[in-house]
Amino acid sequence: MFKATVYVTVKENVLDPQGVAVQGALHSMGFSEVSKVRIGKYMAFEIDTTDRAEAEERVRQMCEKLLANTVVEDYRFELEG
Amino acid sequence: MNFAVLVFPGSNCDIDCYKAVEQTVGQPVDYVWHTATDLSKYDCILIPGGFSYGDYLRSGAIARFAPVMAEVAKAAAAGKYVMGICNGFQVLTEAGLLPGALRRNMSLKFRCHSTILRVENNKTAFTNQYEVGEMIDIPIAHGEGNYYCDEATLEQLKKNDQIIFRYSDNPNGSMEDIAGICNEQGNVLGLMPHPERAVNQLLGSEDGKKMFTSILNAWREQHDAASIG
Repeated sequence: MFKATVYVTVKENVLDPQGVAVQGALHSMGFSEVSKVRIGKYMAFEIDTTDRAEAEERVRQMCEKLLANTVVEDYRFELEG
Repeated sequence: MNFAVLVFPGSNCDIDCYKAVEQTVGQPVDYVWHTATDLSKYDCILIPGGFSYGDYLRSGAIARFAPVMAEVAKAAAAGKYVMGICNGFQVLTEAGLLPGALRRNMSLKFRCHSTILRVENNKTAFTNQYEVGEMIDIPIAHGEGNYYCDEATLEQLKKNDQIIFRYSDNPNGSMEDIAGICNEQGNVLGLMPHPERAVNQLLGSEDGKKMFTSILNAWREQHDAASIG
C-alpha cells in the first residue's frame, strides 16, 4: 500500500488568475518580495499495490488522463510507504 | 432531422436547448441521458450548459468520461453536427474533441450578462445564416470561459478559420477574444455564450436563432432537400 500525494498547478507559461490576485494581495500587505504565485490543487489517496514502479506508472496515468489537464496544468506526485 | 440534447447530472440548460430546437427549427428532439450508448439516430448532438458533476476537479473533467461521450466522439468522427454550449464547450475540450482549455475568468468573477459577438466565419454548419462580421447579441453565464491554447494551436485555428465567434468586449480574458471555435472538419462547435437563451425577443435577443436554423440548413443541403431561407 502506498500513499500518493498529487499536486496540480497551472503551467508556468499559462496565466493563473487566482495566483495573480493572491500575489496582488500579498504585495498590498507589504510582502513585496513575493513573485510567481501559483494556486494549485492537492490530492491524496491510497493505492493498493506493493510494487513501487507499478504505483508510479498508475499514478502517472491517472494524472495524464484525469487529475490534471495537461493543456494548462502541470502535475507532480509523491509516493510514500 | 433528429436532435439530441445530452443530460448529465448537473446540466441545467438542457430544457432551454430542447425548447430552442422546438421553437427555432421545429425538428424532433430528445433528451439523452449521459449513460446512453447509442446516438446513431441523431444528426445533431447538443451538449448543454450547466455544472456537470458539480464541476468537480475541473469543469467537464468527469463528464467527458461518461459513456455517452464515446458515442459523441463517434458521431463527430462520422461528420455529424456537435455543438457544446458553455459547460458543453468545456466538456468538448476536456474530451479532446476541440483543442485548448477554458480557464478561470481573468476577473475571478462569474459573469452573467449579454455580450456582443462578431461572427468570424459563416461557412460552417452553425453559422451559414449569418454574415461575416455580423454583430450578434448572445448572453454569457460562466466563471471559467477564459479560452487558452498554445501558440502552435492558435496558429492552426487561425489558418483553418476555426475561430467562429469573437467577443467585441472580452468578458473573461480569453485569448484573441475567442468566444467559440470549431474543429478542423468544421462539424464540432464549442462556444461559451448561450444561443439557446437568445431565440426570442422576450428573452432580450433572438440573434441565437440563426445558429439553429443554420444547422438545419446545413443538414438539408447535405441531404439534398429544400433549403430554408
